[in-house]
Amino acid sequence: MKRLLKYLKEYKKDCFIGSTFKLIEVIFELIVPLVVAKIIDTGIGNADSAYIWRMAGVLVLLGLGGMLFSITAQYFSANAATGFAAKIRMQIFQKVEKLTFSNLDRVGASTILTRITSDVNQLQSGVNLALRLLLRSPFIVFGAMAMAFTVDVRSALVFTVVIPILFAVVFSLMIAGIYLYKKVQARLDVVTNAFRENLKGIRVLRAFRKEESEKNLFEKDNAVFERWQMISGRIMSAMNPLTLLIVNLGIIMLLKTGAVSVGNGVISQGDVIALINYMSQILVELLKFANLIITLSKSFAGASRIADFLELENGSAKTFSEIHGKETEDYIRFDHVTFSYRSADADVLSDLCFSIERGQRIGIIGGTGSGKTTLVSLLCGFYAPTEGTIYYKGKDLSVYSKEARMQDMTIVMQKSVLFSGTIESNLRWGKEDATREEMIAALKDAQAEFALEKGLDAPVEQEGRNFSGGQRQRLSIARALIKDADILILDDSASALDYLTEARLNRSIEKARAGKTTITISQRVSSILHCDQILVLEDGRIEGAGTHGQLLKNCPVYQEIYYAQFPKNGGESHEK
Amino acid sequence: MKNKMRGSMQTFVRILRFVAKEKWLLFLSLLFTAGTAALTLYFPVLTGRAVDTLAGGNIDIGRLYDILIAMAQVVLANTVLQWAVSLLNNRVTYRTLSALRRAMFDKLWRLPLSYIERHQAGELLSVAMADAEAVSEGLLLGLSQLFQGVLMILGTLIFMIALNVKVAVFVILITPLSLFTAAFIAGRTHAMFLDQAQARAKQTGFMEEIISNQKVAAAYCREAELIREFQTLNDRLRKCSCKATFFSSLTNPTTRFVNSMVYAGVCVFGAFSVLRGGLSVGELSAFLSYATQYTKPFNEISSVITELQNSIACADRIFRLLDEAEETNGSKQLGDIDGSLRLEHLYFSYLPEKPLIEDLNLQVAAGKRIAIVGPTGCGKTTLINLLMRFYDPQQGKLYISGVDAETVSRESIRSNFGMVLQETWLKNASIRDNLLLAKEDATEAELIEAAKKSRAYGFIRHLPDKLDTIISEDALSAGQRQLLCIARIMLALPPMLILDEATSSIDTRMEMQIQTAFSYMMQGRTSFIVAHRLSTIRNADWILFMQDGKIVEQGTHEMLLAKKGRYSEMYLSQTALMQE
Repeated sequence: MKRLLKYLKEYKKDCFIGSTFKLIEVIFELIVPLVVAKIIDTGIGNADSAYIWRMAGVLVLLGLGGMLFSITAQYFSANAATGFAAKIRMQIFQKVEKLTFSNLDRVGASTILTRITSDVNQLQSGVNLALRLLLRSPFIVFGAMAMAFTVDVRSALVFTVVIPILFAVVFSLMIAGIYLYKKVQARLDVVTNAFRENLKGIRVLRAFRKEESEKNLFEKDNAVFERWQMISGRIMSAMNPLTLLIVNLGIIMLLKTGAVSVGNGVISQGDVIALINYMSQILVELLKFANLIITLSKSFAGASRIADFLELENGSAKTFSEIHGKETEDYIRFDHVTFSYRSADADVLSDLCFSIERGQRIGIIGGTGSGKTTLVSLLCGFYAPTEGTIYYKGKDLSVYSKEARMQDMTIVMQKSVLFSGTIESNLRWGKEDATREEMIAALKDAQAEFALEKGLDAPVEQEGRNFSGGQRQRLSIARALIKDADILILDDSASALDYLTEARLNRSIEKARAGKTTITISQRVSSILHCDQILVLEDGRIEGAGTHGQLLKNCPVYQEIYYAQFPKNGGESHEK
Repeated sequence: MKNKMRGSMQTFVRILRFVAKEKWLLFLSLLFTAGTAALTLYFPVLTGRAVDTLAGGNIDIGRLYDILIAMAQVVLANTVLQWAVSLLNNRVTYRTLSALRRAMFDKLWRLPLSYIERHQAGELLSVAMADAEAVSEGLLLGLSQLFQGVLMILGTLIFMIALNVKVAVFVILITPLSLFTAAFIAGRTHAMFLDQAQARAKQTGFMEEIISNQKVAAAYCREAELIREFQTLNDRLRKCSCKATFFSSLTNPTTRFVNSMVYAGVCVFGAFSVLRGGLSVGELSAFLSYATQYTKPFNEISSVITELQNSIACADRIFRLLDEAEETNGSKQLGDIDGSLRLEHLYFSYLPEKPLIEDLNLQVAAGKRIAIVGPTGCGKTTLINLLMRFYDPQQGKLYISGVDAETVSRESIRSNFGMVLQETWLKNASIRDNLLLAKEDATEAELIEAAKKSRAYGFIRHLPDKLDTIISEDALSAGQRQLLCIARIMLALPPMLILDEATSSIDTRMEMQIQTAFSYMMQGRTSFIVAHRLSTIRNADWILFMQDGKIVEQGTHEMLLAKKGRYSEMYLSQTALMQE
């Protein structure tokens, strides 16, 4: 919690007003029993009805003042709590945007979502309650004790016994509560994940008729979760009965010692009633305090998870926000680049050396898992090489900020994703101020005429689910083309298109990107055939580099791929 | 407003029906609650009697001690009962919560795919998890508090009337004020909580989409725009949330104020009664503690009502999900099939205003290999959705082995199909568990054989834990994922096959090797293949050329070439490309 307090700073004023006003309300409340004692001893004792009316007026004023102060306090604390929560949500979201992909992969999307939703909600209600009650409760407890001492020292000693016992009980239960809550939360994550997975994989799971087994699995997780909730509930529910027991025993003790004091003429009957009132006030407050602590323990657990997330390393800081290397030397050069996703894993790429000149058309081909996607991920700077250096315009790529890099590059990924909105809003990702003409041109170049039929303002659902795989791919390509970056990377991004469409696409891309660098990853030789340079990857190594003609002559891996797709007697075989 | 009230009542009654399974626990809990209410109320009477023994300095120690012992007994009994009540309530709450989650999970399986694919996963998840939690906390705990509150109010009234009618009447007259304010505030805040829940769901949906696709966001440097968009959603949520929090929290101070009025009134009335001799000082003290006790339940009830508002809004959404129309399912089982298939006058569209498949007719003999070809977006994947009965046609019939597909269960149809799709979803579990999806009782040898045939074993062998390696998000390449999906099918060996671009992410050399295994598998099995590779298409027994949801041409490769229509145009342009 401490680690998050800095985000509350902006609301220092609200916090201060909130809790001080709450304290003023408390003082009003503490005066009430004294006024009542006065009514009994002075008013009733002297049969002074005017006095009784006057004191009743004081009670009303105390109530009214209490309400006004309390409402003001509620306003400020609600403002502080929701503002704080909004700020934390923003911090988390910004953190997500800042984290390196290795870190992001490790944390996982569902964890982040829990942090930003339920954890932050807990935190918000925690802060709200804390501002209103955290100071109030101890203040009432000790205030009531202090007041008791002014009434009768001997009887007040009962308070000095009862209060420590109460605190011991409340705090030990609180510690148990925090521990148990963590356990419960971990099980909740398991159940949430199970549900989420069933949502995402519904098609496959249905195809395999996994209803029974998935339900059984869920049932098991759900039951474990229920059991932990039950255990935690069992222990936490001791709080109220125990505190009630202690306070009521305190009242019995008060009556016993009070009787002696009254017998000795030290205090009056009204004073005994005031003492009992104070004891009851302590009870009411402590019950509230106990509830507060349960809520707070939940918030603390959430807060520390949020803080852990916010404190994750961003990864190396990129200092230069503009590319200022020279175009002439080392446009793109991989210098002995080796990479593995996790330090313990085997290398995905090993010792890559090659260079690309400005304006070249580059093809990358290779087997499944040969490291093609990883190679371009490194070029985009999504991951940093474990060894070696990537040079871009003569400088180490890793000194540039993400913004600077992505200004010059665009990538269309294997898994094509669109975002909720419209076709137009998706295209604007590529170029914020694109004109209508530019959009139409990009869509046409991407062979996405279907989008024009639907209209630029046609709605796009989450992740573009209302479009087929091939449509999504072409829209993603249009989004990339409109950006018109110096370097365009197409990572197997036409795999769902038929040959005819792909051939047309390749031609229009070639035309649109004249003079600029285009890197194409493909499984199909036909897509990369015409490239100025083709890199052949196998098992994370470069097996060959050159033009189609060169490779066909001297690269066995390439030959194998080529002849698999175009059998030597290919031209005739379809006649059979 | 009235309608809304009725709606809330209905939701409420349905929740009660959920709780009904635990009715005995609930009954015990209510009984014990009544017990604690009585004991709690009795305690001030004893306190008052004890105070009266102190009157005038003449203290009857013996009587005082008797009273104190009685008080101690009451307190102990009350503690035990209270504890029992919380334990019982916990049980009822958590069991119901767990039942709600289970009901929603079951529902998930009965919902049509179209519903699930139309909604954001985060949205549905938030209903199943967050809303269910809110219902259990607000509605169930609130309910027992409500009951206790009502009992305390009634009990206090009875005790007060027994002590002194006039003072009691005064209290009764002034309390509607407290109820009124509480109800007024609760009515106002319901809409605010609804706004808050909506704003929250919207933001969650946004987050889900962006966070799962961070790489694309990064590639376009959209951080600034996304943060701005997030800021808008965040501000809205903040505003809704602040409003709901503040207005709902007004309940406490205002009812507390009303209570202090009651308290002051009791003081004045009581004091004059004592002066007139109608009340002892001890009884006045009992009255005063009743006055606080009497109003405390009002406090609780009013805060419970605000919580109830929130949880009814959540329960509403839960029930809306549970009430969604379910897929119809035939009751019969599809027995042994020969693999023949017939489509008659099939019509389908995702959106009513955009017809896709219209009047589709097709007859497929058993064991044939059917290739579906056509430009993207022509309805190939949709046809497969219909075959697997993921979606239902709006009109027309599908016969499998001569049996009307609507009359048999979806499961039994799917058990006869094996599919490999372009998009490869894998369970977040070990590779072994993923393969076992296809055949639960597969032996180790079968698993390895399937993995070898699908060429997945090559990379599996290099993984740290081999078959037991856990597949985390993004850990495998698209091609590797596809290999695993193929391995699954090789393991299941169903009578009919659907391969929708099953090898699109796999490199050609490996594909050739898999192709051999595929052809072996396809022997004697009716297979539907969506593919681009000419060799695959050429080898099919029958080719369907689709365009705009219709089969425009069908026949064997030779027949279609001879026809010189759309198919031959496509075929020739591709072969031309190769020779270029």
